[in-house]
Amino acid sequence: MPHNAIDAAGAGKGSALSYLSGYVLAILLTLAAFLPVMTRVLSPEETFIVIFAVAAAQILVHLRCFLHLDGSSEQRWNRAALLFTALILVLIVGGEIWIMFSLHARTMLAPAAMPSPPNGA
Amino acid sequence: MPDTAIEVLNTDILEDMFASAEGQGEAESVASTAFGFWLYIMSDCILFAALFATFVVLSRNYAGGPTGRELFDLRETLLETFSLLTSSVTCGFAMLALHREERGGVISWLAVTFLFGLGFVVMEVREFLHMAAIGSGPWRSGFLSAFFTLVGAHGTHVAIGLVWMAFMIVQILAKGLTASVQSRLLRLSMFWHFLDIIWVGVFTVVYLNGVY
Repeated sequence: MPHNAIDAAGAGKGSALSYLSGYVLAILLTLAAFLPVMTRVLSPEETFIVIFAVAAAQILVHLRCFLHLDGSSEQRWNRAALLFTALILVLIVGGEIWIMFSLHARTMLAPAAMPSPPNGA
Repeated sequence: MPDTAIEVLNTDILEDMFASAEGQGEAESVASTAFGFWLYIMSDCILFAALFATFVVLSRNYAGGPTGRELFDLRETLLETFSLLTSSVTCGFAMLALHREERGGVISWLAVTFLFGLGFVVMEVREFLHMAAIGSGPWRSGFLSAFFTLVGAHGTHVAIGLVWMAFMIVQILAKGLTASVQSRLLRLSMFWHFLDIIWVGVFTVVYLNGVY
């Protein structure tokens, strides 16, 4: 009975193959993110694009291989909650960055020229 | 006589129905507590999103203090990453041993997971202490306040996961792999994999983006 109980929940249905392939992929993606930064072979713009694209790929690998999210129907609500969270995440992070950087620009305060707080404040 | 036979038959059927209903109920309750825990994880994601956004906004406010390029040693970050990544996989192996109901296997894989997680926390605490010792604590600048809040929030989660893991090892030793212990182990593994995903965001946004 406990067998079925664990099987019923998505996160518990992994196989050694899924964990190991996830591990190999995650290590390769981690190296793909660290190496351009450590060796400085790419321009800053290229590095920025590479590290964030690779991070997005690695998050998908973790969701798929470690948390075993897939297209099955019993996970419909897990997916719905994840997508809704992604929406909130984009709104919070994107919105805050947009507003705060726009504020910096409009008040003519380049980040470098920000007044530094008195010592110990 | 026929009455009794029918009664016996009925009792059997009832017992069967009861047993299967109970089993189904158990499976449903594990699935629904796992889903409830998933919702908690999603809300924790939103908490981290707020911390990430705060960090990005403050990430250039050095107040004349040190920048990420001067403070971070990417080799250590890489080592921390591999440590956490390996612990995620060994946690998965503990779940596979749980499927096979191998008590010894579950305990040993959890112990390995615990050690890799502990290694991560020790490396992070050493980094924090070193930064505080050279005067780059959270009081130094907006950038460092945001850094310690975000990275410290993740580290605290990992430390709480370690305490949880230690409790689960004790529970397995004391109770065996009962249904409730299995259900808790499932949620612990979800929590642990989730922390690995947050760490991918941390090393990308904080360390890599702060250094190149």
